[in-house]
Amino acid sequence: MDLFEYQGKQFFKQFGMPISDGEVAFTVQEAVSAAEQLGTPVMVKAQVHSGGRGKAGGVKFAATVDDVQEHATNILGLDINGHIVHRLWIEKASDISEEYYASFTLDRSAKKHLGMLSAEGGVEIETVAVENPDAISKIHVDPAVGLTREAAQVWVDGANLNPVAVEGAVDIVMKLYTAYVEGDADLVEINPLILTPDNRVHVLDAKVTLDVNSVFRHPDYAEFDETQPRDEREEAAHAKGLQYVGLEGSVGVIANGAGLAMSTVDVINQVGGKPANFLDIGGGANADVMAGALEVINNDPEVESIFINIFGGITRGEEVANGIIEALNRVDIDAPIVIRLDGTNAEEGRAILEPALNDKLMMEPTMLDAARKAVELAKGADA
Amino acid sequence: MSIFVDSDTKVIYQGLTGSQGRYYGLLNREYGTQVVGGTNPKKAGEDVDGIPVFANCADAVEATGATASCIFIPAAGVYSAVMDAAQGGIKFIVCITEGVPAHDEAKFYNELKAQHPDVQMLGPNCPGIITPGQCNIGITAGHIAKPGGPVGIVSRSGTLTYQALYELQQKDIGVTTCVGIGGDPVPGTSFIDCLAAFEADPATKAVMMIGEIGGSAEEEAADYIKNHMTKPVSSYIAGVTAPPGKKMGHAGAIVSGGKGTADAKMEALRDAGVKVGLNPTEAGELMAEIVASM
Repeated sequence: MDLFEYQGKQFFKQFGMPISDGEVAFTVQEAVSAAEQLGTPVMVKAQVHSGGRGKAGGVKFAATVDDVQEHATNILGLDINGHIVHRLWIEKASDISEEYYASFTLDRSAKKHLGMLSAEGGVEIETVAVENPDAISKIHVDPAVGLTREAAQVWVDGANLNPVAVEGAVDIVMKLYTAYVEGDADLVEINPLILTPDNRVHVLDAKVTLDVNSVFRHPDYAEFDETQPRDEREEAAHAKGLQYVGLEGSVGVIANGAGLAMSTVDVINQVGGKPANFLDIGGGANADVMAGALEVINNDPEVESIFINIFGGITRGEEVANGIIEALNRVDIDAPIVIRLDGTNAEEGRAILEPALNDKLMMEPTMLDAARKAVELAKGADA
Repeated sequence: MSIFVDSDTKVIYQGLTGSQGRYYGLLNREYGTQVVGGTNPKKAGEDVDGIPVFANCADAVEATGATASCIFIPAAGVYSAVMDAAQGGIKFIVCITEGVPAHDEAKFYNELKAQHPDVQMLGPNCPGIITPGQCNIGITAGHIAKPGGPVGIVSRSGTLTYQALYELQQKDIGVTTCVGIGGDPVPGTSFIDCLAAFEADPATKAVMMIGEIGGSAEEEAADYIKNHMTKPVSSYIAGVTAPPGKKMGHAGAIVSGGKGTADAKMEALRDAGVKVGLNPTEAGELMAEIVASM
């Protein structure tokens, strides 16, 4: 779950990190009154889930309220790498002496947390990592032990920051680690972390990704969930608690398990078709889940055929079959459906489906056969 | 022969009294697994269809001599369940539960390494492990696995694990052990742990490895195969046609910045001499060719 910059800053603020005063604005008028309240100069910053905002013209310095008016007008509605700007963050401008980079994320190979700190901030850290890897000071933190101030000191000393920034940087990375762990984040990143002319170390940007699996202990994260960018299909699927990713093709996909769903997408491509989506109904799928999945796919106007690919482990065959029958009773499904059912209680499931089979509901013995059939039906509909 | 579990393995079901724990605990017992107990601090002294329930793993281990456990506890309780198992003397912990926060996984993984180095964890978010005909711990449908050998299976994805078993059964090829390591960010058991165990197991003559996009576990496995394995390997990587930057369900299955793509993984595996199929059926056919040539 990716946060907007302003949400990330508010998240950091809870852990005592220094951020600039600012306000969210959805309209030019709100941007202007925010600037009047804060006092110019301010920064006008596009709030989208994408990097490269500055290059795309989504981050502007405004010396006066008139400038704010002009920039807000230009930035609202701007397309930044496919993301349309609907909200701005108006923030008091900061004087910058130096720009640094700081982050924590999980190093899946080492199975430990990885902190990265660099004196070369303000740019793509991937570029620094490739061209000048020594410029990044790294620390592996054992999650069972945590980050001690002594270890943080050694790590920060290794980053060759301006000596006057070291104490402030140690303080911020300690707080950043606390935010990362207590906030159950997958990623916390400050780029740039700045040194001001009066020698303060300050958070100028915030990139935060939270672990959706941790929501049970962070009920307040529901507000972030509401601002996730989703297309109409993804929004409908999300409301039903389904794992859905919209794609561009014409074969609707329903499968149980992320691996099988990905594999289904692969096989449809390999036999010459184009999948319309990735949809994982997960373990324990019952009639309601299946009906919901079919409804979501049925509402996608691009879908010409539907491939239901179920291999029963936790999902039992008769539940899947009953779900399909019930969904067909509930929703008027437009596209023909091809089913492949195997695994736990597959025979019971097939027996339930058998009487319902017709030219809109077909069953195939293998994944490849079913994919071919679904692709053939989708192409027939196109022709 | 097999790896990690066999007919002598005695298993405790943590969460046996819940609906999923009960369903699969009884199903696993019916398969032949020695399901010797369950745990629930509030229901100690009761039983589930004759299986005794204990307050914790320490009591269960003392009474039954169990060495393995299987966790069917909701995500919020998994950290405590893992530590209860390790402190109670369980040596092989299988965690089926999905949705465990990554920070919890990173924490118990490292705590086990430091405080209980002799404990092996499988999962979380995995289908479990099956040594066909002997022991089935988890949610795999036992009837889709042909007992015997000569193939060992290791997979990062649940339903693709079943798919792999099924492909081999259709070709009348037996399986020594099939391990589902799960798709979470910090799996307790890695591809390499399983590859090393299969390499050391005399009954296993070849290994089928099912991976997926995201992370670098497959690349690390390829490196291991190249330098340490003598037995042939076939493989399939799910997500070959996944668009970059899209997150597809699993915490593990994210492609970004050209790293962790299916192409990169397949190339690393081919470079290590692995036969790579473009779908599960093709990987099964490649394995059939390997077995036929033995």
